[in-house]
Amino acid sequence: MTTITPSRPTARPARAGFAHLLHAEWTKCRTVRGWVIAVLVAVLATVLLGLFQGSHSHVAPCTTGPACRYVIPTGPGGEAVTGTFYFVHRPLTGDGSITAEVTSLTEVTESSQTLNEQPVSTKPAVAVPWSKAGLIITAGAGQGSAYAAVLATGSHGTRMQWNYTGDTPGLAGRVSSASPRWLRLTRAGDVITGYDSADGTNWTTIGTITLPRLAPTVQAGLFATSPGYAQQTSQQVTGASATAAPTDATATFDRVGLHGGWPGSSWTGTWVNGGPDSPYVTGHESGYRQAGGAFTVTGSGDIAPDVTDGVPIDVLLAGLFIALVAVLVVGAQFMTGEYRRGLIRVTLAASPRRGRVLAAKAIVLGAVTFAAGVAGSAAAVLIGIPLLRASGNPVYPATALTEVRVIAGTAALTAVFAVFALAAGAILRHGAGAVTVALTAVILPYLLTAAIPVLPAGAADWVLRVTPAAGFAIRQVIPAYPQVAVSYTPFNGYFPLAPWAGFAVTCAWAALALALAAYLLRRRDA
Amino acid sequence: MRESLHAEWTKLRTLASTFWLLLAATGMIRLTLTATPRRLTVLAAKAAVLTSLVLVTGAIAVFASLLAGGLILPGHGIGPSHGYPAISPANGAVLRAAYGSVLYLALIALLSLGAATALREAAAAIGAVLGLLYVLPIIAVFSGNATLSRHLEQIAPMTAGLAIQATTGLSSLPISPWAGLGVLAAWAAGSLVLGGMLLRSRDA
Repeated sequence: MTTITPSRPTARPARAGFAHLLHAEWTKCRTVRGWVIAVLVAVLATVLLGLFQGSHSHVAPCTTGPACRYVIPTGPGGEAVTGTFYFVHRPLTGDGSITAEVTSLTEVTESSQTLNEQPVSTKPAVAVPWSKAGLIITAGAGQGSAYAAVLATGSHGTRMQWNYTGDTPGLAGRVSSASPRWLRLTRAGDVITGYDSADGTNWTTIGTITLPRLAPTVQAGLFATSPGYAQQTSQQVTGASATAAPTDATATFDRVGLHGGWPGSSWTGTWVNGGPDSPYVTGHESGYRQAGGAFTVTGSGDIAPDVTDGVPIDVLLAGLFIALVAVLVVGAQFMTGEYRRGLIRVTLAASPRRGRVLAAKAIVLGAVTFAAGVAGSAAAVLIGIPLLRASGNPVYPATALTEVRVIAGTAALTAVFAVFALAAGAILRHGAGAVTVALTAVILPYLLTAAIPVLPAGAADWVLRVTPAAGFAIRQVIPAYPQVAVSYTPFNGYFPLAPWAGFAVTCAWAALALALAAYLLRRRDA
Repeated sequence: MRESLHAEWTKLRTLASTFWLLLAATGMIRLTLTATPRRLTVLAAKAAVLTSLVLVTGAIAVFASLLAGGLILPGHGIGPSHGYPAISPANGAVLRAAYGSVLYLALIALLSLGAATALREAAAAIGAVLGLLYVLPIIAVFSGNATLSRHLEQIAPMTAGLAIQATTGLSSLPISPWAGLGVLAAWAAGSLVLGGMLLRSRDA
């Protein structure tokens, strides 16, 4: 007796079926000439506008000449920093501490006017929230040196700050003779501890930080500094106007006391990185007076992260806007093209599981637009940076990680937007409608907030938190620091969400649209 | 021509989406061209209907904006008491800006019609027109060269055309208001001519 095995085609594994689906979608994608041209236009627009930008940019106050070719100093963490202040110092060898009572901190702005055709310098008092005066231990005199300080501020209480970005609050309230602030800074090896006190008896630790490999002898003492005063006076569709002027801070220190290794016998006053040769806009009257243990110190500048100088590398992605228009059109048509020509019936007959068709389309489209995005933005950024430098622009320092985020993040954002347009196409089944929806959801919020300041800053922040345009945060290069008073608005290049958080909002929109598209695709007739 | 106009108007008013997008490119073109074999007549009819529709809706929108602006802006520091011209039709510049804005919208619609006719695909036409409108201003903003950016703003359809809306600082404009609108009109005419030539030479 023989057993006959019935000939039965083995069912193809699901995975191979999906691979075929992907291959089918890839074939559709690469054989439509218009789409290939559109993707190439997107890449070319990104690259060419990036190169154009790199070779034509000029930082506003710096048009020609070698004076502009300064390099923006970086701090121990690699971020751009400013270290300009008046420093009354002496060497500290080994361990030791310095204590002082700050009894006043006042600021004036240096506004120059003309009277009878003669320049007259007036110095009205002004409130500078982040004027700083206190005690500091620095590893060196150069910009970007490691440091730790305890300080009184204009309107943010006493604080401990270190290495430009570190910032911890101490006692609140403004310094006055009726309400002085006692400050103390101690060094034990690499460890610096900051204290404050309202009465000189009851001390509170603000913070303890480590400055690795701190030299045995460092400079320590009193400092005062005050950043430029800027106020936005109006905002219109045509742009924002602001008034700005350098400011000076004057602080009075009383009962300055030293303990430990202070080998010198006298104090030295230095305007660190200030003066007429400084690339920074600072006041003119810095200096100090000493009477016994009491000091009056006047300084101008800032010890903080620098967010206002230099060209951030994301300006090289000026072509992204044009690229996005092309990519959104391709994304929408990748789906609506099927409806327009009735191909969808063939597609769905060949692969009855409709959700998988949509998934295959999303994967192919996402991969193609991501690859195009990486090619375009990598070329624009990596070739654009040397071009920027060659045309005399100080480039805002960005770590390699930030460069990767800007390049790959922009490409990923392009891909997610394309998938969003694809989903819009599947929902609306009409090319023009889907493109309009995608453009309105993606580019319109960006235009109304970051490109042209039509909306007030508060409303603009909300728009960029909740709309698909939130993802543009992925290309932000200059971080927003609470301890630097700058107008952090979308128009000035600051997005309300952190880069990856904004990107997540865009992804959520794309996922939502894709889910709705899958639901409708299954439910509706083709 | 009259029948063509009526046919186009019927298509326009019965297609809800077109009403908003002002751009239609569906398989209907074969039917249309069978009914009216003279293709340029079809394009002219489309242009005429589209222009009238945009002129009417544009006039309503611009009038509403003027009314709102006249009521709201003086309370926010932009008004005659602050040295700004009054927002009223009595002001010649404001009147010109109002008329001009309506014409600007109509010309943009004609530019889009030409692009849609040439590309035969509404979605692609939207992309192409948006790209055309924005690419030159973007280059102008970033060029860092005042002469180059001024020339770009003189020839770009959007920046030149929008000069018609200026009521103050006319001397600092890259191009005078009516000349700017003329530049946009040239772009629209060029796009329609290209669309018409392709419409005549290609299969439907």
